[in-house]
Amino acid sequence: MIVRIMGEGQVRLADWHFAELNRLDDELLAEMETGDEAGFRRTLHALLGRVRELGERLPDDSLEPSELILPSPDASLEDVRSLLSDDGLIPPL
Amino acid sequence: MSGVMKRMGMIFRAKANKALDRAEDPRETLDYSYQKQLELLQKVRRGVADVATSRKRLELQLNQLQSQSAKLEDQGRKALALGREDLAREALSRRAALQQQVTDLETQHQTLQGEEEKLTLAAQRLQAKVDAFRTKKETIKATYTAAQAQTRIAESFSGISEEMSDVGVAIQRAEDKTAQLQARAGAIDELLASGALDDQSGLAKDDIQAELDRLSGGTDVELELQRMKAELAGGTTPQQAIEGGDGTQQGQAQGQGQARPRFDKS
Repeated sequence: MIVRIMGEGQVRLADWHFAELNRLDDELLAEMETGDEAGFRRTLHALLGRVRELGERLPDDSLEPSELILPSPDASLEDVRSLLSDDGLIPPL
Repeated sequence: MSGVMKRMGMIFRAKANKALDRAEDPRETLDYSYQKQLELLQKVRRGVADVATSRKRLELQLNQLQSQSAKLEDQGRKALALGREDLAREALSRRAALQQQVTDLETQHQTLQGEEEKLTLAAQRLQAKVDAFRTKKETIKATYTAAQAQTRIAESFSGISEEMSDVGVAIQRAEDKTAQLQARAGAIDELLASGALDDQSGLAKDDIQAELDRLSGGTDVELELQRMKAELAGGTTPQQAIEGGDGTQQGQAQGQGQARPRFDKS
């Protein structure tokens, strides 16, 4: 599967890593919903670390959609909240 | 309930699909999208230039603040040599306030440098994708009927539009940060211009220097008088306090000059 880290580009990961990433992703969502900024930071960095470690960078000129998209490392809890709201941070195409 | 990564993936895809659904003939979408991509590239390049301009302005301000800070330190030293601890204290406390600003600006400078690097890389990535898209677009237009083109277009379109959304967010963030810093930089420019930074006591601008000049001027005259008196009496000359030496009260016997008054002001 292909994962995008916002602001960094895309990586390709073997599908069997999905379970581990999913667990971290659920944690991230829970922390976001309870407003646990410190926990959110920790989990986000753990998640990004794993994706960078396990994944292989796609070339810049590839045109493939990502299955999963991760916020950039310095995104705040608020940023991610508004990314997830319908017309939050993402400008219209 | 899916996590953050999945949901964001879905949101980005939904955006791409919405844009794709608007077109009558999907091949028109390709041209339209390509135009939008070029516009975005322009915008990112402008963003990089804006951030660079802000960064340079910060660097100038940092230099100004640092030289101001060095000047105050120098004044503090002079004041102390002239035995005016109150004046030295004033100079050093102003310097401490300046240093606070300097530290602050250095942090901002790092932030901007980071933004600049990120945007530069984003521009490179986008450029590579836009080039790839153009090639694909021409192939699709030349090779497929409208009906066949549909799937091909969807494939290449979702990839590029995802990148565009990502870069769009990055450029907005950079714009926000730059705007914040511009406002701050403007405030600091005003402070530097008004001299308020080196005058928290409400006294006139560079009052410390004025006081030092007055003191050292007076001291020079006093010293000169003493020297003349001493020479007339055939004694030694006291050292100029301003020369900030080790404070030893010995005449500067330099072989000659003992027998003549010296009028060299340092």
